[in-house]
Amino acid sequence: MGYPAEHLFTTINIILFYFLLPQGGFLWINTEPLVYGGGPIPSIIEATNLKKTFGRITAVDGISFAVKKGEVFGFLGPNGAGKTSTMKIIACVSPRTSGALRVFGMDPDISPAEIKQRLGVVPQETNLDPDFTCYGNLFTYSRYFDMPSDVAQKKAEELLEFVQLREKRDVTVEKLSGGMKRRLILARALVNNPDLLILDEPTIGLDPQARHLIWERLKLLQAQGNTIVLTTHYLDEAARLCDRLVIMDNGKIHVEGSPAELVKEYVGNEIVEIEKTAEVLSCLEGEHIPFEIIGDTVQIATESSREVARILFDHCSPHKVLTRPATLEDVFLKLTGRKLRE
Amino acid sequence: MYHIWSMPRITRRAWKVWHRNLVVFFRTWQVNFFPPLIEAFLYLFAIGMGIGTYVKDIDGTPYINFIAPAILAISVMNSAFFECTYGSYVRMYYQKSFDAMIATPLSIEDVIAGELLWGATRSVMYVIIMLPVLAAFGVISIPASLLAIPLAFLGGLMFAGIAMCFTAITPSIDTLNYPSFLLITPMALFSGTFFPITLLPVLFQYFALALLPLTHLVAIMRMLTLPAFSWTILLHLAWIVIVTSVFCVVAINLMRKRLIV
Ligand SMILES: Nc1ncnc2c1ncn2[C@@H]1O[C@H](COP(=O)(O)OP(=O)(O)OP(=O)(O)O)[C@@H](O)[C@H]1O
Ligand SMILES: [Mg+2]
Repeated sequence: MGYPAEHLFTTINIILFYFLLPQGGFLWINTEPLVYGGGPIPSIIEATNLKKTFGRITAVDGISFAVKKGEVFGFLGPNGAGKTSTMKIIACVSPRTSGALRVFGMDPDISPAEIKQRLGVVPQETNLDPDFTCYGNLFTYSRYFDMPSDVAQKKAEELLEFVQLREKRDVTVEKLSGGMKRRLILARALVNNPDLLILDEPTIGLDPQARHLIWERLKLLQAQGNTIVLTTHYLDEAARLCDRLVIMDNGKIHVEGSPAELVKEYVGNEIVEIEKTAEVLSCLEGEHIPFEIIGDTVQIATESSREVARILFDHCSPHKVLTRPATLEDVFLKLTGRKLRE
Repeated sequence: MYHIWSMPRITRRAWKVWHRNLVVFFRTWQVNFFPPLIEAFLYLFAIGMGIGTYVKDIDGTPYINFIAPAILAISVMNSAFFECTYGSYVRMYYQKSFDAMIATPLSIEDVIAGELLWGATRSVMYVIIMLPVLAAFGVISIPASLLAIPLAFLGGLMFAGIAMCFTAITPSIDTLNYPSFLLITPMALFSGTFFPITLLPVLFQYFALALLPLTHLVAIMRMLTLPAFSWTILLHLAWIVIVTSVFCVVAINLMRKRLIV
C-alpha cells in the first residue's frame, strides 16, 4: 500500500520541519520514534463495522477503517453523511451502537478517560467558555487535563502565539470573530499535547489567510508525530492535507484512498469543459466520447485533454473549451451525486 | 446498561468542574456577595419591625428568632435550586460547557457531580454571609448556629439534586419556571417557616413532613439557631440524607440520558 514511499515522504517532511524551518519544534517534540524500523505502522484508530443509530435514523452504517500513526486521515461527505457522528464516537463523547472500536488500542466504552487524556478535539459546533477570556479558556481547559498550573500557564501563552491570537489574550471570547473563535478552539485542542487530533470542520468560516495558517500548523503538528483525523467540506483542503481519506454518504464509506489515487481512479487526469449546445452534444455522441452534462456545460473526463480538445476543434466547432486538471471535487460529485442533501 | 438507578462512577475530577464555577463566581464576587447581605437585612426589617410588632412570640420564642432559621433554610434552598436549574441549564444548553468538558478526561458523571457540589457550595456561601448579620442582630445564638454551615452543604446538595432532575428533563429554560412557582414558592411558605407547621390541618402536616424537603431543613436549622436540640434531629437528618442520595443519583443518570446520545 505504498508504505515505503510514505515513509520517505514523512522523513523528508521531518527533516524539512526540524532543520530548515526556524520555528521547527518550537512547540513540543514528541519523543516517540516517528519511523518504525520496518514493522507495520501501528494503528491509532481501528474501527470495524462501526454503527450508530439515533432511534430510527442510522447515522453511521457499519463502517470500517484504520488510521495509522502520523497520518492525516480525512472524512468527506455531504451534509448528514455521518461524519460528525463518527468523530464523536472516536472522541468518546458518544457511545457506538455496535461494532468494534479501538483508539490507542483501548476501547472507548471501557477506558474513555485514558483515551481522552491523549486526544485533542475541535468540535463542529464551537463551544468555547463565554465566562472566560481567550487565555482563560486555554488555562481552564488544561486544568481539566490535570496539568500543573505553571505548565498550563506557559502552554496557554505558547498556544495563543501559535494561532496568532496574542493581541486577543484578555478579550472575552464573545468579542472574537467567528474565525478567531475557530483558531482558539484549535489552540484549545492542543493544550494537552495530544497524540491524536480529531478536527470536525476545523476551518469552517475562516478567511483564506487563517485557513492557510491552520493548514501550516496542522502540517507542523503532523511533522511532530501527531495523528490527525479531520472532516471538511473544502475539497482543496482535503487534497492538500490528507494522506488518506474516505468519502462517506448515508452512513457508509464509499471509497478510501489517497487524494491523488482517488482522482486518478474515479475521474482521470483532466477535465475538458465545453458550452452545452445541441451541436456539441450530437458531435460528441458521434465521436463516441463519454460526457456528462452539468447545468449548461458539458464535462469530459479524460487522460489527455489535448486529444479531446483536438477532436472537438476538428469536428464540433465549439465556442469555448476549457481544460483543467481533475480534482477531488470531481470525484466527490461523481460519487455522491449533485443533488442537494436536505 | 445505564438506568436511572445506576450507581454513577464519580471521580475526583468532579472538583475541577466545581473549581471552574468557583473561579467564575469570584470574578464577579461583588455581584454575588450583596444579594445574601441585602436579603438578610430585608427580612430582618420587614419581618422584625413589621410583622414582629404584631406577632410578639411563638411558643415563647421571639418571632424574629423564630423566623431567622427559616430565612437561612430558604436561602439554602433558593441558592442551590436556582444555581442548578437556571445556572446549570445555561451552562449546559446555551454555553455548551458540558459538551466541552466531556471531551476532556472528565465524564458526564464528573461534570454533573461537580455542578451539584457547586450548587451546595453556593448555599454554604449564602449562609456564611448571612450568619454574621443575623448574629449581629442577636436573633441567632452563636456558636451553635455555626453548625448551620455544614448543614447548608447537606441541604444545598439536596436541593441541587432536586433541581438537577428538573434541569435534566426540562424541554426549555421557560419550563423551569414551573418547579420554581409550583414547588419552591409554596414550600418556602408552608414548611414551618413563618408559622409553625402545627397550625396546618393534620393531613397537611403529614404531607409536609413526608414530602416537603424544606420542612426538615427548617426543623434542623431551628434546633441549631435557637438552640433547642432534640433527638428528632436524627430523623430529620436521616430523611435529608436519603432524599439527597436518591435525587443526586437520579439527577446524574437523567443528565447522562439527556446528554450522552
Ligand atoms: N443527536 C442526534 N439525534 C438524532 N439524530 C442525529 C443526531 N445527531 C445526528 N443525527 C442524524 O445523524 C445523521 C448524520 O449526522 P452527522 O451530524 O453525523 O452528519 P455530518 O456528516 O457531520 O453532516 P454535516 O456535514 O452537515 O456536518 C443525520 O441524519 C442527522 O440528522
Ligand atoms: Mg458534521
